[in-house]
Amino acid sequence: MTKKQKKIMGRIIVASVLFIALQFLPLEGVWRLLASAGIYLIVAYDILLKSAKGLLAGQVLDENFLMTVASLGAFVLGICDGSEDYNEAIAVILFYQIGELFQSCAVSRSRRSITALMDIRPDYAHLENNGRLTTVSPDEVAIGSIIVVQPGEKIPLDGIAERGDSAVDTSALTGESVPRSVHPGEEVMSGCINLRSPLHIRTTREFGESTVTKILQLVQEATNRKSRSEQFITRFARVYTPVVCGAALLLALLPPVVLLVAGDPAEWITWLYRALIFLVISCPCALVLSIPLSFFAGIGGAGRAGILIKGSHFVETLAQAHVAVFDKTGTLTRGVFKVEAAHHSPYSLNELLQLAAAAESASSHPVSISLRQACQQPLPSSEISDMRELQGLGVVATVKGLRVAVGNEKLMKQEGAEALPCHCVGTIVHISIDHHYAGHILISDSLKPTSARALAELKSLGIRKTVMLTGDNRRTAESVARELALDEVHCELFPAHKVAEVEQLMRANIGRLFFVGDGVNDAPVLARADVGIAMGGLGSDAAIEAADVVIMDDDPARIPLAMRIARKCMRIVRQNIIFALSAKFTCLALGAFGLANMWFAIFADVGVLVLCVLNAIRTLRVPAA
Amino acid sequence: MKKTCEIEVDCANCALKMERATRAVEGVKGAVINFFLQQMTVEFEEGADIKAVMAAVVKACKRVESDCEISC
Repeated sequence: MTKKQKKIMGRIIVASVLFIALQFLPLEGVWRLLASAGIYLIVAYDILLKSAKGLLAGQVLDENFLMTVASLGAFVLGICDGSEDYNEAIAVILFYQIGELFQSCAVSRSRRSITALMDIRPDYAHLENNGRLTTVSPDEVAIGSIIVVQPGEKIPLDGIAERGDSAVDTSALTGESVPRSVHPGEEVMSGCINLRSPLHIRTTREFGESTVTKILQLVQEATNRKSRSEQFITRFARVYTPVVCGAALLLALLPPVVLLVAGDPAEWITWLYRALIFLVISCPCALVLSIPLSFFAGIGGAGRAGILIKGSHFVETLAQAHVAVFDKTGTLTRGVFKVEAAHHSPYSLNELLQLAAAAESASSHPVSISLRQACQQPLPSSEISDMRELQGLGVVATVKGLRVAVGNEKLMKQEGAEALPCHCVGTIVHISIDHHYAGHILISDSLKPTSARALAELKSLGIRKTVMLTGDNRRTAESVARELALDEVHCELFPAHKVAEVEQLMRANIGRLFFVGDGVNDAPVLARADVGIAMGGLGSDAAIEAADVVIMDDDPARIPLAMRIARKCMRIVRQNIIFALSAKFTCLALGAFGLANMWFAIFADVGVLVLCVLNAIRTLRVPAA
Repeated sequence: MKKTCEIEVDCANCALKMERATRAVEGVKGAVINFFLQQMTVEFEEGADIKAVMAAVVKACKRVESDCEISC
């Protein structure tokens, strides 16, 4: 509890004890009024002050003002009807304060538990300088410095391990609980926790550019962006409060006047009392607080599971998605190719690999990387010139004075070489040398172990259509599609075609669509889809920029999980909207017909809010499959 | 130009009112209050005198919610 909360707590206890004692004291007349007023002031003085200040500033209809009017009204009633019963006045304000305290504790607790999830910000770095260690703030460390991270400490900045063999816990960033081993020369990410032995790290980024800072910024911005439900509540609150206040005024004036006209006693006091109850019930706080809180907790819980959702409106859209579109390489498959064989070639596999790897030496495509890795004796770069990457075709380069083209059938056609088809399933890389066909290399990729399960789960979550878009050849694409039971597959696509396919699917009116890609080549599609999901976002700025949802590791099973989190969040949002609105309106109706007293009104105000907050906090727990 | 300030406010509806009040201040292009992080992000119009605008923002917020704190 904060100091402020403790102070109110103290006042509540003192006032409660005195209040109970008062019931047994034989005080009468003025003395009873004075004693009651004293107790009243102990609990209510800050509310009275605030409402006076609000009144001076022209803010008539805030909660403090309503409570002041309601409780003072009850005092006046006690004096007027001669009952000398001031208990209700004290009780109203006492319960209001208890409710406010409870609410404030609940909110700060949930705030803490959510921000604890995001508490990955490192506080210090051990900077090494000529063998001496100094502890500095992470934002003072320049690029290229050596920092030392002891076991159990957070890695404060991105860098490359220089010395030390250890393992790091990436769970704060990825949700992945298996530690990742780190050896010299390997990249390490800030925000991870070093586990086994001290690591010496050469930093490659400043603190402001480091992964941990970027992720924190993202999460913060994510919770700043408002969803449609939140906007609805904001607009609703703006209309609701004046309408209810107007209704209260009517309730206080209209029935007595009608009664007077009809020749009956006006009963001003009764109707004033009902109007006061009306005002107490009216605060829209339950909605205004619990809806954003649900989204906040949902995004926090997803972050904990290694799923970064960049705004609450994406939670909304993801929950409604009915079409799932996937990229193949690196998304459903591992994206790591193994060279299997060379066919129809006058060269040996090794020679062919040497030429292909040389031509592909500047490309970052997964196929190129695997060719380079498979090549045991790479050619020196002095032998390679004029490298050109042709989007959707392949690469062309001059190697040892020969024009080497490496790519698909279309490229072969363009080169005037006749490509021979392959009878094996796999990705086929055709090679032509000086416009003559020189055979093809067969490489194969394997499915990620969780892909099939993820797709089956998506179907059971109500995804109507699963589609795969790939630049790869028909045979491979269809074999993958069969194995994963995908509904539709489009192959041999250029990046631009993928955008067109996605647009067509969006026009088909099947439902909201999400696209899952690796974020590097698929940026335009990620941006175009209703929700763009990037896989393996950790460390890739492009993915974090382009996507709406980032899966931090590259596990496809996180996609159905993200959907379940979004659905649960939306379910709770709907529950809260319906519960809060119906509870309020029921109470308002009861109050208007004189069936509710002040105690009931306080419950309708504070009780509903507390129930909604408790319900909202449930979104923090990630739903199990 | 954007600026993020730490704020202290007790109720969500008050935060909403402060947000609305801030947006109405001259020189403010947009404002978002994150009640849970207790942060306010104010975006200024180009060429606005940030210090003067912030002073006006604080004043506007205090007017709708006397019990709030804003520190930048």
